[in-house]
Amino acid sequence: MSETVSLGKALNHGLRRALENDPKVIIMGEDVGKLGGVFRITDGLQKDFGDDRVIDTPLAESGIVGTAIGLAIRGYRPVCEIQFDGFVFPAFNQIVAQVSKMYYRSLGNVRLPIVIRIPYGGGIGAVEHHSESPEALFAHIPGLKVVTCSNPVDAYHMIQQSIDSDDPIIFFEPKRRYWEKGTVDLDSRPALALHASQVVRDGTDATVVAYGPMVKTALDAASAAEEDGRSLEVIDLRTLSPLDLGPVYESVRRTGRCVVVHEAPGNLGLGSEIAARVTEECFYSLESPVLRVTGYDIPYPAARVEEDYLPDLDRVLDAVDRTFGW
Amino acid sequence: MTNGESEASTGAPAGGFVQLLTPDGEHVDSVTTEDGVTYSVDFTDEEYRELYRDLVTVRRLDAEATALQRQGELGIWASLLGQEAAQVGSGRALRPQDMAFPTYREHGVLYTRGIDPIMPFGLFRGVDQGGWDPNEFKFNTYTIVIGSQTLHATGYAMGITMDGKTGNADGEAVIAYFGDGATSQGDVNEAFVWSGVFHAPIVFFCQNNQYAISEPLERQTRVPLYRRADGYGFPGVRVDGNDVLATFAVTRTALDQARNGQGPTLIEAYTYRMGAHTSSDDPTRYRIASEVESWKAKDPIARMKTFLVKQRLADDAFFGEVDQKAGEVALSLRERVLEMPDPQPVTMFDNVYPNGSPEVDAQRAQFERYQASFEGSAH
Repeated sequence: MSETVSLGKALNHGLRRALENDPKVIIMGEDVGKLGGVFRITDGLQKDFGDDRVIDTPLAESGIVGTAIGLAIRGYRPVCEIQFDGFVFPAFNQIVAQVSKMYYRSLGNVRLPIVIRIPYGGGIGAVEHHSESPEALFAHIPGLKVVTCSNPVDAYHMIQQSIDSDDPIIFFEPKRRYWEKGTVDLDSRPALALHASQVVRDGTDATVVAYGPMVKTALDAASAAEEDGRSLEVIDLRTLSPLDLGPVYESVRRTGRCVVVHEAPGNLGLGSEIAARVTEECFYSLESPVLRVTGYDIPYPAARVEEDYLPDLDRVLDAVDRTFGW
Repeated sequence: MTNGESEASTGAPAGGFVQLLTPDGEHVDSVTTEDGVTYSVDFTDEEYRELYRDLVTVRRLDAEATALQRQGELGIWASLLGQEAAQVGSGRALRPQDMAFPTYREHGVLYTRGIDPIMPFGLFRGVDQGGWDPNEFKFNTYTIVIGSQTLHATGYAMGITMDGKTGNADGEAVIAYFGDGATSQGDVNEAFVWSGVFHAPIVFFCQNNQYAISEPLERQTRVPLYRRADGYGFPGVRVDGNDVLATFAVTRTALDQARNGQGPTLIEAYTYRMGAHTSSDDPTRYRIASEVESWKAKDPIARMKTFLVKQRLADDAFFGEVDQKAGEVALSLRERVLEMPDPQPVTMFDNVYPNGSPEVDAQRAQFERYQASFEGSAH
């Protein structure tokens, strides 16, 4: 059954399917019940599955993740919603000191199949704490896995694959793409493993690596570049920890040029790690250094100037140009 | 609150506490609190003796661990000296189906669960991070970050309710251990909020041992800790934590209320950390000798022994046998700790992810190649 749905609705469908498939799956977070979440990602789920499976929690992020740990020890598979990226930090201790380490600490005896959903990124004209991209903070933590979707099909499958996984997963949702539409076959099996990156546009002249909200930006840049006679290959990382850079290496060995794009500040961001690894793996194929197009190393700015902060089509093309002028 | 006796005979702080066995070994039959709850115990002579045995054994094991640390065989040790009654009393109050969430000092509770006392020594010796299966032992792994486990315990208790395992005498309950310092942590207060809101089958067992490393109770609170419960909408009770009988009675009652669907209780076990915070600490820098001396007079084991003697429940032969058995258990612990093998370095890559990770696998392989490159060399 194929449906044209928004990315947000695809997540909703995926969560519904997960709740149907496994009675141990529960959803917990602030306003996820009657309201359906501030972005309506859990819309209608409490009505259909009950308030003991879709739980409106007290307003305490550490409590959400901390109790999810106990529920997981008890045998449940909690899906936690953190309302906004900038609100995850009260839960940071539980995620970093407990969720990530419990399996290791317990010598493999305790599995915490917890998914922590976080809407992230800017571009929605929001106030402070509502537009951040903290993914590198989590990708840096051994014991966590970190994924992000960029389109409705991936949203539908990746949320279910994450819930199915016994690994603790931080699931970043590109909030400004919640309303992007696509056709999703709700009965289809996922085409890719959860922790696999994907070439989303073939090209021959340069490789653009992006994830989450920046995939659309990268694809737009590739379309614009084509008009100038330049062929860009675009790779959607999808998985930020572990990284799946095989397709990136293969691509860069052909194109000789690589540009990494993300909204998060550049300093010690995912782009730094990718640049280091691509340099190590593709050293003799590179025609220029790996370049990064990222947010600046400043706090996320006020909404009226965020378009100047966020990487856009022009900044991506500018970086591609620079790889050719090296 | 209870025990209208003067402080001189009970050792009670202002406001009182539930006490069934005084420092002088006087055993009152029952105590009724201002809230109208009556606490008593119904032990056989043999059960009284076995509680004494627990207390002695737990202290003896603790002394052995302290010695092992001083001899360089443990990296660190967190002694429970002085808190034996709080741990044995609460631990023995657990029913087999109950789940405990310890800090890093609950060696006595662990012992009462029937768990081999060597279990946490991997952690303190540094050969692992203290791993075991919480569901097998109904005893979670030690948690070092202060207060974090109270939220885990709360979530687990919510799961009990969701599983329909409360509301009768066979129901399950959870006990969450923490100290006086932890009551200042946000996580502990969130655990109180959540447990109250969700009416979770949980007992919060605070061992108020008067110090968070060097900081006295006054740095954590202006009200007695058990009264914090009022603000979260469930009962709080203070018990003499050096009285194994009262601690048992209060904990058993609270656990049974929880399993019956009557929600959480906060227990403040009023006790004293006779030793250092850990083997790395020096308590002479922050507390005076006379304070320690005054608490020695309230020793949990001495009062139990006095009681057994006064009531003619035990004789010298019994006490000698208890000491001897405890020594044997301690010796066995020592021998086995010394035999704990150092882990193979490559095992540090184990158990990072249930589903594994190609990145960890690659680093493991790289590590093994690097290690192998030294094979056959002189160094």
